Amino acid sequence: MIKERIFQGLFALSAGFSIFAVGAIAIFLFFNAFATISQIGFLEFIFGMDWYPDEEIFGIFPMIIGSIYVTALAIALGVPIGVLSAVYLAYFCPKRLKGIIMPAIELLGAIPSVVYGFFGLVIVVPLVANIFGGVSGKSILAASLILAIMVLPTIILVSKAAIETLPKSYYEGALALGATPERAVFFAIVPAAKSGILASVILGVGRAIGEAMAVIMVAGNQVQIPHSLSDGVRTLTTNIVLEMGYAANLHKDVLIANAVVLFVFILIINISFSALKGDKK
Amino acid sequence: MSRDYLSIFLSFLLKFSIFSVLFVFFGITLFIFIKGIIYISPSLFEWEYNSTNVSLMPALINTINMVIFSLAIAMPLGIFGAIYLNEYSKKDSKILNLIRVTSDTLVGIPSIVYGLFGYLAFVIYFGFKTSFIAGVLTLSIMILPLILRSSEEALKSVPIGYKEASLALGASKLRTIFAIILPSATAGILAGVILSIGRIVGESAALLYTSGSVAQIAGAMDSGRTLSVHMYAISSEGLHINEAYSTAMVLIVIVFFMNFISNFIAKKILKDR
Repeated sequence: MIKERIFQGLFALSAGFSIFAVGAIAIFLFFNAFATISQIGFLEFIFGMDWYPDEEIFGIFPMIIGSIYVTALAIALGVPIGVLSAVYLAYFCPKRLKGIIMPAIELLGAIPSVVYGFFGLVIVVPLVANIFGGVSGKSILAASLILAIMVLPTIILVSKAAIETLPKSYYEGALALGATPERAVFFAIVPAAKSGILASVILGVGRAIGEAMAVIMVAGNQVQIPHSLSDGVRTLTTNIVLEMGYAANLHKDVLIANAVVLFVFILIINISFSALKGDKK
Repeated sequence: MSRDYLSIFLSFLLKFSIFSVLFVFFGITLFIFIKGIIYISPSLFEWEYNSTNVSLMPALINTINMVIFSLAIAMPLGIFGAIYLNEYSKKDSKILNLIRVTSDTLVGIPSIVYGLFGYLAFVIYFGFKTSFIAGVLTLSIMILPLILRSSEEALKSVPIGYKEASLALGASKLRTIFAIILPSATAGILAGVILSIGRIVGESAALLYTSGSVAQIAGAMDSGRTLSVHMYAISSEGLHINEAYSTAMVLIVIVFFMNFISNFIAKKILKDR
């Protein structure tokens, strides 16, 4: 009987550990960040245009904009392809072909991000340099292309699941009314799966905004608000990776505050995702 | 039925999309494989790393160690946690919901944020310095939700009859869990574990500032790079592009292999049912 109790306690402790972990992460990061941000000033930190760590000028606005640009472009490129592929897989794909395509998509999601970064470095960056001429090629465009590829598996798999949970009768009803299969899917199924598809987009945004290692290798990493697709860009994630190695004192604390800003972005994204999921029930 | 132009156009769009996805996948993997095979050489697998051989062996051994030790921490926590959620907690209790929410949050946290947390908590606060153990602890937390969730699913899918029969025969609850429920859920738990191995092997951002990037076989308190960090290091230096191709290939082969096994196990469970 005592053994039962001990194990029950052990099980409960293990289950509680993830609560503890989230708590620890929040405390370690937020505790540090609040002090730092109040020292610099919230507005100067978030909306400051200049980043000169040596002179203790810390404005991360260019990085916020950089993250938003790169993510938005990646989503704009990845979502149409991803959702259309999901539609194809759910309704038009011959079974045999599916047996090849599904594993391929899962493997696309398993490729480590440094490999994506390396691929971007040797293929996409020179390509961009050629197209624009006279630029290094490390750019918003290169970063977005790589990120668009990286978010594809998430978007395809989640959208496909959303489309497949809809009752077949929607599709059959549309067909019975004389619609072609394509029209039936696009005008009856896709609108009905809207919230599931949106959820896949939000997950994709989360993945794109949090990605560091692939972006760092292809984005150029200049601190600036970019004006064209071939300009270099630095994101919230890459700013941390680039400078954490040698940062000290206040500079280091600022990078931690930078991570917290990123964390807050992710939390907002997660909350909107679970709100969407909640809606469906 | 004659098809209108819109339908033909939509059909074209669908085929174009799936084709470009496949093109990207086969483009990347074939490119890395072909280049990787061309440049693979025995010097890549020497025991010691130096600037001329660019050996990936120390990094590979670190990766294997990292997998073993991270799993040793995360597996008991994840599986025991899942047992609690399935067998002990009341349905829709507040704790259950809180654990769901927190493990969802853990899944969504970007790996660089894990890296900074690991740095602050293990490297600085607990004084482990930049070391293998700091990396292991960070990754354990990172894969915990993956193992917790997949174990939970696996336990849930064990037919309730097994449990009832065991209890009816007079076995204690604990005995039922360890002798009946866990063994029947092994395959499902394993699929999640193997998936998290893939995650550990591919991870780099969380390790840069926790276990560091020294190219040596690391003891518990030494800094040592895993294969992914090694890949990042040699490709960003840009001096050893050829070796980078081979390293990328080795990395992809490992990750793909892990995925295949976990899929194979998952499929087998579906068939058995």
